[in-house]
Amino acid sequence: MDFINGLVVLMNFVLIPATAYGAQLALGALGVTLIYGILRFSNFAHGDTMAFGTMITVLVTWWFQSMGISFGPLPTALFALPFGIAATAALVLLTDRGVYQFYRAQKAKPVILVIVSMGVMFVMNGVVRIIIGVDDQRFSDGERFIFSVREFKATTGLREGMALKTTQGITVITALIVVIALFWFLNKTRTGKSMRAYADNEDLALLSGINPERVVAVTWIIVAALATIAGVLYGLDKSFKPFTYFQLLLPIFASAIVGGLGSPLGAIAGGFVVAYSEVTITYAWKKVLKYWMPESLEPSTLMQLLSTEYKFAVSFMILIVVLLFKPTGLFKGKAY
Amino acid sequence: MKKFLMATAASALVAGTAFAGGHGEVKIGVILGFTGPIEALTPAMADGAEFAMAEVSSSGAFLGGKTVAPVRADSTCIDAAAATAAAERLITSDGVSGIMGADCSGVTGAILANVALANGMVMISPSATSPGLSTAEDNGLFFRTAPSDARQGVVMAESLMEMGSTEVALTYVNNDYGKGLASSFEEAFKSMGGTITISAAHEDEKADYSAEVAALAAAGGDRLVVAGYNTGGGAGIIRASLDSGAFDMFHLPDGMIGGSLETDFGSEIDGTTGQAPGTDSPGASQLVDLIGDAFDGSSVFVAESYDAAALIMLAMQAAGSDNPADYKGKVMDVANAPGEKIYPGELAKGLEILANGGDIDYVGASAVELIGPGESSGSYRQIVFEGGKMTTVKYR
Repeated sequence: MDFINGLVVLMNFVLIPATAYGAQLALGALGVTLIYGILRFSNFAHGDTMAFGTMITVLVTWWFQSMGISFGPLPTALFALPFGIAATAALVLLTDRGVYQFYRAQKAKPVILVIVSMGVMFVMNGVVRIIIGVDDQRFSDGERFIFSVREFKATTGLREGMALKTTQGITVITALIVVIALFWFLNKTRTGKSMRAYADNEDLALLSGINPERVVAVTWIIVAALATIAGVLYGLDKSFKPFTYFQLLLPIFASAIVGGLGSPLGAIAGGFVVAYSEVTITYAWKKVLKYWMPESLEPSTLMQLLSTEYKFAVSFMILIVVLLFKPTGLFKGKAY
Repeated sequence: MKKFLMATAASALVAGTAFAGGHGEVKIGVILGFTGPIEALTPAMADGAEFAMAEVSSSGAFLGGKTVAPVRADSTCIDAAAATAAAERLITSDGVSGIMGADCSGVTGAILANVALANGMVMISPSATSPGLSTAEDNGLFFRTAPSDARQGVVMAESLMEMGSTEVALTYVNNDYGKGLASSFEEAFKSMGGTITISAAHEDEKADYSAEVAALAAAGGDRLVVAGYNTGGGAGIIRASLDSGAFDMFHLPDGMIGGSLETDFGSEIDGTTGQAPGTDSPGASQLVDLIGDAFDGSSVFVAESYDAAALIMLAMQAAGSDNPADYKGKVMDVANAPGEKIYPGELAKGLEILANGGDIDYVGASAVELIGPGESSGSYRQIVFEGGKMTTVKYR
């Protein structure tokens, strides 16, 4: 019984939250890695693309809510998601037409595109703040928990409780579906194959008659969808605030780089590596060990490896170690 | 050469007239974090300061009929370099005669050390509460209408002890404000016999707080003390604690107290306690009434912002000059007894008394009483959440 109690504590505070956070990071990192692999630059505007997509979704959600449309126990935002994706796709395609295409035509170096994307980032940042403001926005509705701490304790009779939020469940399931769909698309469809060909060798792809502008457009649309889904899932799980989305950029890039920039599989692995390392290394094991160890060995200290201030240092340490020993990331990424 | 001389002379003349043209106007800088972690609070604070300036301008009694014009600048709250540059611009390019600001303790310290001292500029902060600023070198140029957190730490420890919470977990935002408050609270709480099970820092506005909440939950305690920001990471920690069942009772210092707590958490945090600078002096409600619907007068630090701006202008009036070197010595005089008590909306009366050589004791909206190195002595409003509403228990 003690073992199960300890496991429940670990699930509640470490495994469940870290898995949900990892899935959110993985979706974000997938977008970054696709841009890097196919368009060959690090897109700093990704965090704000997520914010834009989420903002549109939030606005549509509010509109639905005011009309009384709801999704039963699921959040209404899932209904609004397609609208968010469409608007974000339109925005990034416009940005591509107006900004990136010019530099692509000039065959600008990746570093120039990175700086350009920073400019785009600041513009999007401003647009989002002008439209929805700088405050925290909550837009989740429906059932909050799949099961709450109290329900869990009552059903199982255990001393420790565990909660699973609806948003956490949705996050993991949606992430799974999106990832499967993406891999199917990249590996099985003609367009997906042409995207991979374009990523592998641009000149050869052009020679074999692949339309580059089409590949670029499809990439942007997929990235817009990934960014919006990641942003909405994150916003549902926590809350929507433009500044936080801007801050999300750092762990997302860490995930993409750890996994190997340009490798979709790496982006997913990287997301979970970063999320788990942030949570586990700074976790205080006292409560878990109290259940797992014999009474005589019960820890008197917190049994915390590192205090929580060092949480970000941990993911960057991992980043450095990975880059030292495998410069292209865990899953062989690309380097331009 | 002749032409050049002529041109120089001409432009000097033009500049001279421009200067004379601005004779009837005193500029005061309003440097607050209009972008960054507290961007949700600063617009109301700036409005509060500018409200006082408008009141003084329209009175016609200020320095023989001059008006006051605010010049806003962005302190960003976190970026010391950007804040320093913005303050430098206020002084060298806009030519302000005093600075209302800055807001967050870190940037306030940076502006004080790098800009205000070098230029001999008076600054009055409405919201920087770090204990470190009490001992910072300031040549008598720095004041604050907010109390030092050294005091809040003691108040917080006392109220927890009174409630019988002797074992608490503590998390603080990892900046000058959070660290200062956490250490003063820890010291006071331990000396009263309390136990702090864990003291964990969190970064503001980060993506995820599972790690912090996991550590806090493992340590346990009667309550969780969250010394953070209610528009940022602090709310994230509370949300994650509630969802995972880690804590359901909190104690919240000033950075956490705001209307958004009621809308975000409602009755989920019933029994939660806290305190924020506040007073039962009539000034606070007078200011809210005066402001009416113009902006949110009850938002945090609006009263302090109004008072900070008012103090700068009253001190100028008392010195009969808008030169910081002349009026810096007058700030304490106008803020404290003896003299006629001045409440919000009575700035014109105060200006007249000063013009006639009288004495005033500016009370303002936040019951201003400057002690020690020019900081508010600090009275606090103790609050408790009941039925999803924030209610005032008492003032201490």
